[in-house]
Amino acid sequence: MTSKDVNTTDTDFAIEGHGDISVGVHGAGASGDGSASATRITPGNALRPEDIALEIQRGQVRPSEDVAEFALRIGDDGLILAQRLGHWISRAPELEEDIALGNIALDQLGHARSFLTYAGAAWDKSEDDLAYFRREHEFRSAHLFEQPNGDFAVTIARQFIVSFYQYELYTKLIESTDATIAAISAKAVKEVDYHRDHSAQWVLRLAGGTDESRARIIQGFKLVWPYVDELFEDDELTTRLAEAGVTVQPSSLRAEFDRLTGEIMAEAELEIPGVPQALGGGRRGKHSEFLGYILAEMQVLAREHPGASW
Amino acid sequence: MAPHGNPEAPASAASEINREAPKVAATNAEGTTTAPASGPDVASHGAKEETPWSLWEVFVRSSRGLSHVHAGSLHAPDAAMALRNARDLYTRRNEGVSIWVVPAEAISSSDPDSKGSFFESPQGKDYRHATYYTKSEGVKHL
Repeated sequence: MTSKDVNTTDTDFAIEGHGDISVGVHGAGASGDGSASATRITPGNALRPEDIALEIQRGQVRPSEDVAEFALRIGDDGLILAQRLGHWISRAPELEEDIALGNIALDQLGHARSFLTYAGAAWDKSEDDLAYFRREHEFRSAHLFEQPNGDFAVTIARQFIVSFYQYELYTKLIESTDATIAAISAKAVKEVDYHRDHSAQWVLRLAGGTDESRARIIQGFKLVWPYVDELFEDDELTTRLAEAGVTVQPSSLRAEFDRLTGEIMAEAELEIPGVPQALGGGRRGKHSEFLGYILAEMQVLAREHPGASW
Repeated sequence: MAPHGNPEAPASAASEINREAPKVAATNAEGTTTAPASGPDVASHGAKEETPWSLWEVFVRSSRGLSHVHAGSLHAPDAAMALRNARDLYTRRNEGVSIWVVPAEAISSSDPDSKGSFFESPQGKDYRHATYYTKSEGVKHL
């Protein structure tokens, strides 16, 4: 090795060392004070499922049966979608999109964990009890969330509907009379806002890209559009909760959903597919053939080794 | 343009989407639809006719008052998606408050082979550093 090589190596180390300082890994002091250092990176402060679990443990919050049932619905939506989206990891068209879909899956999983943790408090169950040890008919997710990924366009079409629906829902839930639901939604709405942007960007690009991409996004919407109506169905539970101010009637979200998705669809020169609507029933535990397979994959480890940790 | 909508203003947020973003170019030279080779990944990868996404360099400002620092690079079809990919790749651990993306081809860099003529000249010229000044009495932060 020549001295020149040694110098190069030293320089590389020096660059790395400088990098450490610039992100404040050491020397910033672990005061937890955001103003302690301008360069310090912290995880940031946000409501975590663990915080909710702690409040439950201390007896500070406990949802009513109705609120728990409602939290189960939206929690299950996120959980099943996260499981679906997670399947894209290592399979997306580009590495960058792999991570984007993975991030969205993790956001959804985070919302699900918060809602399921809260719901579980009504029945003395943990988020894991609810996620891993319920059977298919006990899940309350809507059918859209369990629809197969299909190709990238189908996933984007599903994601487009989901994110615009969730955005409308969480925006309203920020005003919920239930403080925990409101707090979870306030965190979730910012993330879902980004999901909305992500899917809208892709709808525009796929529709305005090649003949191939356009044909695929049209086909994608055709496949997932039958599951839109179910998202906006009112029932006895939502009626009771709407009167109590915990949530709003799902049907009241429809107009804004139609307007905003319509704008993007028009921009992309896509038609709302004229397909008949599916029967739905997910909120009552009636699911399509797909959910069983998702649960089998998601639950097998926890059921084979109950209580295992790693 | 804000990279994503403002949650405080839900009604208008969707309209902030960048409509000017150039679309992915349809780049099939012959104008024919290439039949995708059969294989397990065809469904997720589409027809194999596309040009690869271009390379972008990403600069992240970690905090207010600091400069943007080069964080890495990524592939994206256009600037709008490059910003989003940068957000997804380089700020997922709360690293940033602002992102720049620059087409990699727009960056001119110094030649690694001319390191000697470019960078060794200032070595040893310590008079270019402010080391010959004596600190005036009473000046604290120098």
